[in-house]
Amino acid sequence: MKNVTHTNGKLPNMHKKSDIQILRWLGLLIFLLGFTVFTASIFLGHYQIDASTVQKASEYIPQEQVQLLNSLSGTRYASILEAIQGLENTLNPEHKLPSYQWNEYKFWIIKSAARGVLAENPSLFLLLTIGLGALGALLFILPGLTALPGIKNDGIFFRSITSKGLLGILLGGYLIAFYIILYWYPEYIVNLIILVDPVSEFLRNKAADRWFLYGFLYTVAVTVMGIRMFIKYRHNRYQLIRTGSVIFFQFGFAFMIPSILERFNQPSMDLKNAWPLNYTFFMDWNIKSLLNSGNLGIFLFLWGILLSFVIVPLFTYLFGKRWYCSWVCGCGGLAETLGDPFRQLSSKTLKAWRIERIMIYSVLVFAVVMTVLQISNFLSNGALFGSYTWRVNKAYSFFIGSIFAGVVGTGFYPLMGNRVWCRFGCPLAAIMGIVQKFKSRFVITTNGSQCISCGNCSTYCEMGIDVRWYAQRGQNIVRASCVGCGICAAVCPRGVLKLETTDPDKRYNVVLDDLIVEAMKTSEELNKAS
Amino acid sequence: MEHLVIIGNGISGITTARHVRKRSNMKITVISKETQYFFSRTALMYIYMGHMKFEHTKPYEDSFWEKNRINLIYSYVTDVDVDTKTVFLEDGRTLQYDKLVIATGSKSNKFGWPGQDLPGVQGFYSYQDVLLLEENTRNIQHAVIVGGGLIGIEMAEMLHTRNIPVTFLVREQYYWDNILPQEEARLVSRHIVEHGMEIRFKTNLKEILPGEDGRVRAVVTEFGEEIPCQLVALTPGVHPNIDLASKTKIATNRGVLVNEYLETNIPDVYACGDCAEIVVEREERHRIEQLWYTGKLQGMALAKTICGERTRYDRGIWFNSAKFLDIEYQTYGFVSNVPREGEESFYWEHPDGKHAIRIVYNTENRAVVGMNFFGIRMRHPVCEQWIKEQKKVEYVVSNLREANFDPEFYTHYEKDILRAFNQMYHTNLTLNQKSQKLFSLFSR
Ligand SMILES: Cc1cc2nc3c(=O)[nH]c(=O)nc-3n(C[C@H](O)[C@H](O)[C@H](O)COP(=O)(O)OP(=O)(O)OC[C@H]3O[C@@H](n4cnc5c(N)ncnc54)[C@H](O)[C@@H]3O)c2cc1C
Ligand code: SF4
Repeated sequence: MKNVTHTNGKLPNMHKKSDIQILRWLGLLIFLLGFTVFTASIFLGHYQIDASTVQKASEYIPQEQVQLLNSLSGTRYASILEAIQGLENTLNPEHKLPSYQWNEYKFWIIKSAARGVLAENPSLFLLLTIGLGALGALLFILPGLTALPGIKNDGIFFRSITSKGLLGILLGGYLIAFYIILYWYPEYIVNLIILVDPVSEFLRNKAADRWFLYGFLYTVAVTVMGIRMFIKYRHNRYQLIRTGSVIFFQFGFAFMIPSILERFNQPSMDLKNAWPLNYTFFMDWNIKSLLNSGNLGIFLFLWGILLSFVIVPLFTYLFGKRWYCSWVCGCGGLAETLGDPFRQLSSKTLKAWRIERIMIYSVLVFAVVMTVLQISNFLSNGALFGSYTWRVNKAYSFFIGSIFAGVVGTGFYPLMGNRVWCRFGCPLAAIMGIVQKFKSRFVITTNGSQCISCGNCSTYCEMGIDVRWYAQRGQNIVRASCVGCGICAAVCPRGVLKLETTDPDKRYNVVLDDLIVEAMKTSEELNKAS
Repeated sequence: MEHLVIIGNGISGITTARHVRKRSNMKITVISKETQYFFSRTALMYIYMGHMKFEHTKPYEDSFWEKNRINLIYSYVTDVDVDTKTVFLEDGRTLQYDKLVIATGSKSNKFGWPGQDLPGVQGFYSYQDVLLLEENTRNIQHAVIVGGGLIGIEMAEMLHTRNIPVTFLVREQYYWDNILPQEEARLVSRHIVEHGMEIRFKTNLKEILPGEDGRVRAVVTEFGEEIPCQLVALTPGVHPNIDLASKTKIATNRGVLVNEYLETNIPDVYACGDCAEIVVEREERHRIEQLWYTGKLQGMALAKTICGERTRYDRGIWFNSAKFLDIEYQTYGFVSNVPREGEESFYWEHPDGKHAIRIVYNTENRAVVGMNFFGIRMRHPVCEQWIKEQKKVEYVVSNLREANFDPEFYTHYEKDILRAFNQMYHTNLTLNQKSQKLFSLFSR
């Protein structure tokens, strides 16, 4: 133990700190550069209608559109805005197409018409945008290894971006805008989609669409920020394995397998996406397409049913809903990685809890009603509630599938925490929550009277559970919303909380405080005893 | 309706109020001058480190108090007249009480060092101290912490997160070895050094020197060494706050004197928490308990008494926990820094120097009397049970798994511990594996 003597003089760590700080700044700079190029590249290049444009676009648009497009041959638009405006003015009025179709055509025409440095060098620009972003982020993250392992939430509430400051609000705005454009105005970001064309061609043997871009970004984000989790929680094996799991499921199940299925022209499906999170599963076109594509399709259909109605409840009984929400799910995967820096922003008030219960069970009812309609529609071949089903589907996919799960779900990370969708909206989480609450082996055990009410557990609960409320009275925590991320147990400085599986009947313990009070002897009892 | 007035809204005062409310309808008023609402003193460090904001340290929502009809007054009590049962507030208001609870907590120790009241010199106890520390550490180059207790190491960690170099002056040979046995004290000391903090053992403070601006400029140790610094944190413990009680007819010594029922010498006046000095029959030394859980238990016992069931405060099997930078510490029962007569102990430390366990037992009957754990979480109820039931040390080392409370998938050390035990005592014990859980099938 000779190092336990004086360590007079300069401290080794202080020097290291500044070098590390430089590395982090460099990382940040590179990240911002990538981010800026990414955003700016939307506006790069010009748009040219010529023979090659027509040829490319003809893969995606019907014959009469091709002819119309031919008549525009030779037109050059100087910018993306002009191109969109131009097409709207020339093509759209002449053809009274339903808007969703027109939007689709418009997107492919503009994508085919893109010219210029980016369109000619998509791989280079992929490196300059997402590549630089990922590199910069890693440089920013990796120096975390020089600090000793342990919980280091230092300065989270001093930083604007993680404490709902101006930067946080700006980031939220950016994410929201990105989602809105991606979902409803993809033609504005054809350049970004062109960036991932080489990857898409390589994996799927076809050009990228916006969903491929989305999947790609999603996977990169989960991986890079997953590495951040690996470093941040390298002392905590539960977090390491869990993070490895979400990266694996995002990369393999959500990204690679569907891509490969598409490459072989098979019906593509995210194998881990259970109903009702997967709300298109029972839509008649999906059932038909699965049932009509041979053995694989039938397997996928049966797998979907098995997953949703057997595996989900069974595993939730055995392990709690964490097995899905914080180990497997895609939304959960993003929340646990990209969203981790924002977990402390979820509201812990009773009011938020009340709103949560109203909202999530409403969405569940909505989803169930829609599914009943879908199935009756399928069975009756559209005779029952035909167009009505279609309208309900449309409303659900717009309000719940897109706005809630996407725009709000991710865009609100820096504003309301990383689990807004999972907490207030996800119908699958609602179902698993009911199982977890009433019939499951999962519990967060409170360790006797060790709690010092510090509040770390509640603060860092992404689901907004006031963990401390239970812990400080010596009561176990069994809440429907808990996704079992395990961070409460990790940040607790007194070892009070443990996620575990146990006999379902023993989960609901009494309030220990009350037991202790009861056990204390009154003077009467003492007199009797002596 | 009876009126209960509680002075101090810390854990002990607030627990009294909450449990009285559970049992009775009486009117409850809590007076305090530190903060409007109850907050967790133990979380103060996290505010300075940016892990939490002040609002996160409040264990109850602000609406809780009105809902539970607990009336809060944000004011300072200047005096109490126990004859007329009147409480005097600084703003001139007075309150009549039927029952009064003194729960005024502690104050930081200062040992009369020259310069101890200079600007830039402070203790760390209250919310105001956090604000002051924020002021005092603005653009400073070096800080000195005096006193190596639990608050001292918290402050070292806090300053470390702001990249402020720290010199830690500790009177003992190793950190906190007036409480911890040698091995544990060294373990923590090594960890402090590993974090790049400078720690001077067996070093006392002599005086604190002012600079030209009147603020602290340096400290001088008793060896005559001058250490330049712009902040001096004094953390040599706390003492009961009897500023108020000592002005009244309520009997005080080091704290407010109470019996095991937490009753003072004046009828209908009680005291609990850090400020209480408990006189226990048949025990020579009075008890001053300065912990979160003891404050809570005292409040719970007192609430019963106030509501008519006169109840003896019983803290049960002693325990405590802390976190030394990254190393968690739990202790159960009684572990003294030097072995007491008739007691021996078994100590195991992992080669990484960050996981350790000590089991103290009675030499004669081998019953366990106390346990220390470093870097391993243990189940409080199980450890408590072992001590209560006087389990033998052999039983405990064979059943450690039952008490393990580490997160799933963590490395388990029970086998290594048992092997070390078997070697040392030439025994052949085997591990009792009874608490294997389904989800922990995969953990080692
Ligand atoms: C930094 C720090 C960390 C700690 N960490 C731990 C830990 O990890 N574990 C643990 O067990 N313990 C810990 N403690 C000790 C624990 O916090 C205390 O034992 C406990 O808070 C005492 O509670 P109390 O209710 O007795 O008094 P206090 O919490 O001190 O409450 C007394 C209140 O009364 C007010 N008051 C006093 N006089 C008057 C008056 N005349 N008029 C109006 N108001 C008045 C004071 O301002 C104060 O707000 C820590 C203490 C500190 C300072
Ligand atoms: S983090 Fe731990 S000690 Fe703090 S309030 Fe939560 S359970 Fe209690």
